[in-house]
Amino acid sequence: MRLRTTAVVGALLLLTGCGAADMTKQASPFANAQGAKTVTLSVQSWVGAQANVAVAEYLLEHELGYRVDTVQVDEVPAWDALSQGRVDAILEDWGHPEQEQRYVKDKKTIAHGGDLGVTGHIGWFVPTYFAKQHPDVTDWKNLDKYASQLRTPESGGKGQLLDGSPSYVTNDKALVKNLDLDYQVVFAGSEAAQITQIRQFAKERKPFLTYWYTPQWLFEKVPMTEVKLPPYEEGCDADPEKVACAYPHTPLQKYLNADFARNGGEAAALLKNFKWTTEDQNQVSLMIADQKLTPQEAAKKWVNGHESTWRAWLP
Amino acid sequence: MAAVTAPTVRAGLPGLLRHRALAKLALLALAAAVLVPVVGARWASGSWPDALTVDLSEPLGRASEWIIDNRDSHPLFLYFLGHVSNTVVLCVRAVYLVLLAAGWAGVTAAAALVAWRVAGVRAALGTGLAFLACGLLGMWVPTMQTLALMVVAVLASVVLGALLGLAAGLSDRTYRVLRPVLDTMQVLPAFAYLLPVVLVFGIGVPAAVLATVVYAAPPMARLTALGLRGADPGVLEAVASLGATARQRLVTARLPLARGELLLGLNQTIMMALSMAVIASVIGAGGLGDRVYQALASVDVGAALAAGIPIVLLAVVLDRVTGAAGARLGGDGPENSGRSSALLWGGAAVLAVAVAVAARLAGRREWPEAWAVNIAEPVNRAVDWMTAHLYSGVPYLGGTADWAGHFTTWVLDPLRSGLQGLPWWSVLFLVATVAWLIGTWRTALTAVLAMAATGVLGVWEPSLDTLSQVLAAVAVTLVLGFATGVAAARSDRVERLLRPVLDVFQTMPQFVYLIPVVALFGVGRAPAVAAAVVYALPAVVRITAQGLRQVDPAALESARSLGATGAQQLRQVQLPLARPALLLAVNQGVVLVLAVVIIGGLVGGGALGYDVVFGLAQGDLATGLVAGVAIVCLGLVLDRVTQPTERRRVKQGA
Repeated sequence: MRLRTTAVVGALLLLTGCGAADMTKQASPFANAQGAKTVTLSVQSWVGAQANVAVAEYLLEHELGYRVDTVQVDEVPAWDALSQGRVDAILEDWGHPEQEQRYVKDKKTIAHGGDLGVTGHIGWFVPTYFAKQHPDVTDWKNLDKYASQLRTPESGGKGQLLDGSPSYVTNDKALVKNLDLDYQVVFAGSEAAQITQIRQFAKERKPFLTYWYTPQWLFEKVPMTEVKLPPYEEGCDADPEKVACAYPHTPLQKYLNADFARNGGEAAALLKNFKWTTEDQNQVSLMIADQKLTPQEAAKKWVNGHESTWRAWLP
Repeated sequence: MAAVTAPTVRAGLPGLLRHRALAKLALLALAAAVLVPVVGARWASGSWPDALTVDLSEPLGRASEWIIDNRDSHPLFLYFLGHVSNTVVLCVRAVYLVLLAAGWAGVTAAAALVAWRVAGVRAALGTGLAFLACGLLGMWVPTMQTLALMVVAVLASVVLGALLGLAAGLSDRTYRVLRPVLDTMQVLPAFAYLLPVVLVFGIGVPAAVLATVVYAAPPMARLTALGLRGADPGVLEAVASLGATARQRLVTARLPLARGELLLGLNQTIMMALSMAVIASVIGAGGLGDRVYQALASVDVGAALAAGIPIVLLAVVLDRVTGAAGARLGGDGPENSGRSSALLWGGAAVLAVAVAVAARLAGRREWPEAWAVNIAEPVNRAVDWMTAHLYSGVPYLGGTADWAGHFTTWVLDPLRSGLQGLPWWSVLFLVATVAWLIGTWRTALTAVLAMAATGVLGVWEPSLDTLSQVLAAVAVTLVLGFATGVAAARSDRVERLLRPVLDVFQTMPQFVYLIPVVALFGVGRAPAVAAAVVYALPAVVRITAQGLRQVDPAALESARSLGATGAQQLRQVQLPLARPALLLAVNQGVVLVLAVVIIGGLVGGGALGYDVVFGLAQGDLATGLVAGVAIVCLGLVLDRVTQPTERRRVKQGA
């Protein structure tokens, strides 16, 4: 390995001369091909984020004449890619204080792009059909009573709390421990797997308890009711080991690469102005994830019906 | 992955074998009797003792912080890694621009003509159709992005691999040093390579290309070395006696003699690069892999398949073309003189350029959107129907979800708690015993040390969890694989039917399996095991069938003349004689299963795979890297434990 790397590097040094090359300033090789103006957007793995990107992509391509590349990157690495300029914008961020401190405040390689207009909230949910039968399940104090009904082969002898992708913000393991619940956190490993599992449960009207978040299109398909956790107070989630309170409500944010924000022209202006509502986003998400339209078709449909909304975003 | 040629080694002498096995067992028992009381008194038995672990999260975390903070200022990055990354970006971009400039017609024509020249008319037709299919599926631009990335990665791998192979082929000492390294790299799951490159290069194409190169170069190096070393000594002697210098000998005799191996190496490198190009989408490679990955996020099997099919087509085409080229070169008979061949090549080049220019003039450089066919919808309907009807409540059989539940409760859980409940030293002894009985004391030592390393890293429990999944999946794979392999070996028709199926399943990106298995088996370890079985089955079937077919016909004939029935022939002649091939099948099965069980972290497999996914997703490299190293160790253990001694002599790269 070492041998090989040295060989590569030696050869490359000969090839490129010995000037400095800052790898934090290298764009994607697929960007701006053939003189096209290209914008690279980061798509996170959940469908709401795909909806933002699809509409932004449609407008950039059809109204402003850009070519849009999208790359799927997890949240934290996306910040890194954004600071290096391999991605030009993140359209939906759920709050990463550590990264914000490093890249926006210290290094100034990322610029804040304003509110997305959507407020996000994470919580524990049970299906509404189950909550109707057992109204007291919506208080965390009563969850232990139902643990036996929520058992699965994966959760051992305890009730199952279904968690999703490892990239999502979660305190669930600490919560279960600190609230002393008879539950086992089972990580689905990806949102796709989690959704598939939830839909299978719902089809059979089985009870389940899951980590979930709003806005999310799945609520339209599988109505779910939130379980009340001890109320959120400022700073109660400061120590990840000792968290024993609910998740906050987060106004979702946009972030742009600093250079792109300065020199990105009309594209940067459009992305800064981009602001819509939870309903708008859900409408597009539902078309993508449930009616299985391609993101482009879904965006087209939405754009055709909401001209007054997006006209205001155009520079 | 490419086919593995099964060795034809006669079975050893059973009596002697049993004798040696007994001696080994006695020796191990003695060692255990001495060591266990000492170890037991010193540290608690049960799980791996805390006193023997090293916590790496602190230094690893600091290292990753340091890299992020210094990436834009430290000379190491500015003058060294920055150039590496920059060159990769420039190369990929150059290839991409050429492909885009050629347009779809030009690329298709050029590919078909190259295939025609090196592999014949049928390959050319197949190649052309495959490229058109990529366009029809609406995947032209992603296909070109993947192709650009692949071209650069494969070229780099081939150059590097050939250089290393040359060094190892010409110098015994280099060979001794390199061989274990290359052998080991061959068995590591692709997932384990991602984190180190991401740590240094960040998300994006450079990291993806470099991970691909590291993953794909070893087969080239191995086969080059093998080809050079395997040259007929008689020919070399003759050349040497004619007074040729070392360099002349290399160029005129050894390299031409090794061209079969060189082409096989190229073939393997391409296949490995392609499979890595998909997995690298997790670290931002873009292209087809990214489309598959994005489709999975919206549980869209149809769209995932639409992006997966071009990958399969590319793989099949590249495999067949390089394979056919290898066969042509191997069966020496250059029908054309040098001049007419050059003329034909020239004609092909002119034709390709002409097609590209014509399409460009006709304004058809980009694939017309109207020509795209949407396969996503029917596929999704089929998948929905399947999951709706098979998931549960099938009369008598129970649904797939019930099977998954039973499998988890009755197989996976006892296996896991059994392994985790064993005292740690007994796990080590178990590994040593199995490895030594099948292999040599060296393989046994490596296996034990690697297993101990997972404990030292502090991931003993998750490693055993992963191990239990691997064992369960391997058991299922072997039962199914041997049964199918026997059927394929005994009937030509079954084999003909199976061949395209095996081809497709071997080249399909593993990601595509993940959602259907979740839909069928729910979230958890069961779907991870199911995906692993599907992925590893083709190789096992293939090696088994090949091994059985290569059994000496004379032995079969004599058995038949003694009046043995079909079953008797199989049990008493074919299976014992094909033992080396069966062991190789086990070994391959284990390695492939491990690769997918790790990816199973994405569907609730938990354990080490989840840790790697978590590390990548959260940028928490300490967790991810430790898990990655543990996977490497586990891969070593599993490979060494199942490594038959014969493999070393006859291995042809798998």
